[in-house]
Amino acid sequence: MSAAPRKFRYISSDRRVLEDRRFVVGKGNFVADIVRPNMKHVALVFSPHPAARIVKVDGSEALKMPGVQYVLAGDELAAAIQPMPNGMPTPEVKRYPLAVGQARYVGEWIAAVVADTRALAEDAAEKVKVEYEPLPFVVDGKEAFKKDAPPVHPAHGSNILLDKTFVWGDVEGDFAASPRKISFSQKWGRSSTVPIETFGVIAEWDAWREVLDVWASIQMPKYADQIAGSMRLPMNAVRVHQDVDVGGSYGVKRGIKQTVLVCYLAKKLNMPVRLIEDRLDNMRGGDAHGPERNFDVEIAFDDSGIIRSMKMEALDNVGAYAGRSPFQLGKPIGAIVGPYKIKSVQYRAIAVTSNKTVQEAVRAFGQSPTNYTIERALDEVAWALNLDRLEVRRRNFIQPHEFPYLIPSGTTYDSGDYPGLVNKVAKHADLDAVYAERDRLRAEGLLAGVGFASCLEPSGGNSAFEPLLNRQNKTTTWMDSCRIAVDALGTITATMHTTSAGQGHETLVATVVGEALEIAPEKIRVSRAHTLDVMPSNSPVGSRMAIMLGGAAFHAANKLKHKMMTIAAHDLGVSLDDLVWNEGTVSGKKNPDQKLTWNDIVLIAHRHYYRMPEDMEPGLTTQHVMQVPNGGKLPTDDDRIQMYPCFSFEFHVVLMSIDPDIGKPEFRRYVIGHDCGTVINPKIVHGMTMGGIAHGIGAALLEEFAYDDQGQLLTQSFMDYLLPSAHEVPKIEAVHQVTPSPLTVFGQKGSGESGYLGAPAAISSAINDALRPLGIKMNSLPLKITKLGDAIAAARAKEAKQ
Amino acid sequence: MRTELKINGKSHVVDVEPRKSLLDCLREDLRLVGAHAGCEHGVCGACTVIVDGTPVRSCLMLAVQAEGSEVVTIEGIAPAPGELSILQDAFCETHGMQCGFCTPGMILAAHALLRDNQEPTREEIVEAISGNICRCTGYDQIIEAVALAARRMRGRNAPDQVSA
Repeated sequence: MSAAPRKFRYISSDRRVLEDRRFVVGKGNFVADIVRPNMKHVALVFSPHPAARIVKVDGSEALKMPGVQYVLAGDELAAAIQPMPNGMPTPEVKRYPLAVGQARYVGEWIAAVVADTRALAEDAAEKVKVEYEPLPFVVDGKEAFKKDAPPVHPAHGSNILLDKTFVWGDVEGDFAASPRKISFSQKWGRSSTVPIETFGVIAEWDAWREVLDVWASIQMPKYADQIAGSMRLPMNAVRVHQDVDVGGSYGVKRGIKQTVLVCYLAKKLNMPVRLIEDRLDNMRGGDAHGPERNFDVEIAFDDSGIIRSMKMEALDNVGAYAGRSPFQLGKPIGAIVGPYKIKSVQYRAIAVTSNKTVQEAVRAFGQSPTNYTIERALDEVAWALNLDRLEVRRRNFIQPHEFPYLIPSGTTYDSGDYPGLVNKVAKHADLDAVYAERDRLRAEGLLAGVGFASCLEPSGGNSAFEPLLNRQNKTTTWMDSCRIAVDALGTITATMHTTSAGQGHETLVATVVGEALEIAPEKIRVSRAHTLDVMPSNSPVGSRMAIMLGGAAFHAANKLKHKMMTIAAHDLGVSLDDLVWNEGTVSGKKNPDQKLTWNDIVLIAHRHYYRMPEDMEPGLTTQHVMQVPNGGKLPTDDDRIQMYPCFSFEFHVVLMSIDPDIGKPEFRRYVIGHDCGTVINPKIVHGMTMGGIAHGIGAALLEEFAYDDQGQLLTQSFMDYLLPSAHEVPKIEAVHQVTPSPLTVFGQKGSGESGYLGAPAAISSAINDALRPLGIKMNSLPLKITKLGDAIAAARAKEAKQ
Repeated sequence: MRTELKINGKSHVVDVEPRKSLLDCLREDLRLVGAHAGCEHGVCGACTVIVDGTPVRSCLMLAVQAEGSEVVTIEGIAPAPGELSILQDAFCETHGMQCGFCTPGMILAAHALLRDNQEPTREEIVEAISGNICRCTGYDQIIEAVALAARRMRGRNAPDQVSA
């Protein structure tokens, strides 16, 4: 991928992904594939009201049905467990797996029915009678923010979970000194990552060993901790099996409410219990929607298009309960100026509750909506000055020689060459030809536009946004771990300590360990420890695993190498410095005949203790716990923080046409430039980037959890919540650049959210360029055909009148 | 209801409720869990199996309806334990997947295409897999895998394993 000479043996080379073999034959180990003896199944009773007092839940008829084991309602559950953790200091916004006393959104789970099969449980769920008393409700975020809005949690007193204004730098001074200002508003619509596998979980309680076993399709930091907390169990009584393959997540597979529900039932009934959400359970009650964010923005700039300051207000409608969703307003603080040299920023972050489904962490954790807004600002500045949009970006870019670069909110960007990649992409795409094609399409009677987005992907995720948004929260450490063992016969097993959802972590660990030890990655077994055999991990969130698990594996491998060389030095009676490592064989620098092979050293470590250095532990096992580079500090008193350590960069160029009669958008050209530092596995990085763009196309054009004004969710199935198929995703041309990070072991940065960071912004930019001749702009996503068609028709009708 | 199913060339007798889908029967009664439940309303294609030569949604078909038909599931594609078909190997070569959840259905859809069309264009590949949603890859490496498999199969003088 890099033009630079190959520094690595296995890293960056185009190698197969070790996980793939089991998936192509249908032998993944997904949670729905796991069967426990005498396992029972859960179906759910859901609220048809956006807000209602629950007067009575009557499960008596359901209980009479054959095969039905139990009917559980919220009151019983709430009395037996701790409320689920609440990220914000809002103790009265309590959240339980089943509604307690009050239903707060359509689809919220009111009761759970346990039966011998899922089909019987569903039959019985229909017989559960729930008496409701409807209450006032609010679905729109801006309405929910108003003082007189009906509070979703009356005990909390308002719908405001977070309303904090940050000022970094001399915002008012910069605004006063700037000759030009513009303002705009736009809205990121409510969509999500919507994996094809819904969430599922199995729990089994062993009363004699006092162990709760859990198998789940989970991607979440602190999962076992949260189960133990909610279930009031010691954490060493919870065994989460991390060898479960997760069928896609991209952030949202955090089914803690589902898990606590099933754990309670398994323990109560003393039977293995499983809940596999069906698509309806998942879409309306799975608590996995994404950000829904209103932006109001003011930009201060000069006549040459240099942006001096920005005021951004972001109001997120997080749905009925807090969860971690307000933090999705926090992470973008670490890249609040994007790749641009904006000197000062005012940022008001507002999170409100409403009577909609609960949000969960979605790919990029709030950064993609923010990027959509920063990029819109760049387009607006260019349009205001009648300048080329790419030229305005170039004028504002942080330059390669300015790294490490400290942004106003206190984060230092590690490295980057933004103009370099933009130039590469412009050359590859031949921008003059792209514009010529746009004009040709326009001459044919179509609307056509070119869009740009130049965006950052903060990576190496840590939890620095937690203490920043919630000062009562003092936690900062966010490690990940790897353990390597060489057995008595000399083969290598590396252990990782989290689940994966398609990110290829086994390949990552094997490649890195292979690189360090100079041994083919295919020879290394990578296993996943369950949580009673575990080292600390914070799971694959925040584009962190190449940096964190890769770093942990590298350091553990180097410790192993050091131990083996120390044994060899002792056995050969030479100094460590006189030895050299070559593919596992240790030999003298001066005298190559003086050597020990890998197997010689293994034999000494495992069986010939008398040949070991004094006080050295026998065996060959090493481990490393990796802390986030540059991480681990609390925010300053003036709200500055080092958020994530590494910053990948991507640049999108999109040519689109729109059929003016029906509003249908079509991709004519899509080019992405991507720079995530040193690439560990090119196939994996390419796939993540292409998948991220496809997801971004969905968020920009197709996908929305749409509600009517009665609070009913209108898009609950794949018939109406539309995911991009192979027809909707164009052929994408990729241009690569490698700007290594100085903070990581190989120069790698994150790529798990790539493509998604900029695709919605670029598509919006292209569509607004296409609509310029009509004098209209689109201020919200998704830009569905109907919305575009209506806007174009209205503009044409207005034009015809004049 | 006693039902006789022929799956991957082998006969199985199962006792299923008439309302049970072929997908649930394969997964629960026969423990063939390579077909996955994604949406259970016929959109995502994760449950795709081949029935009498045609890729179908096993979530939309009842098990009892499959009596008398030849069903091929992903478990019937690999020639031998540990050995991949050309198409499966091509998916590994291009990394035509990430999480692997849609992969069995995707491979069966492509398998049916390549049986009928040895030299598919990009458009034909896109059309053939367009009923199978992949949320991870953006389809690029899947299309590449199918094209690669077609090339490799043309280079062989025998067809790929299992033609249902």
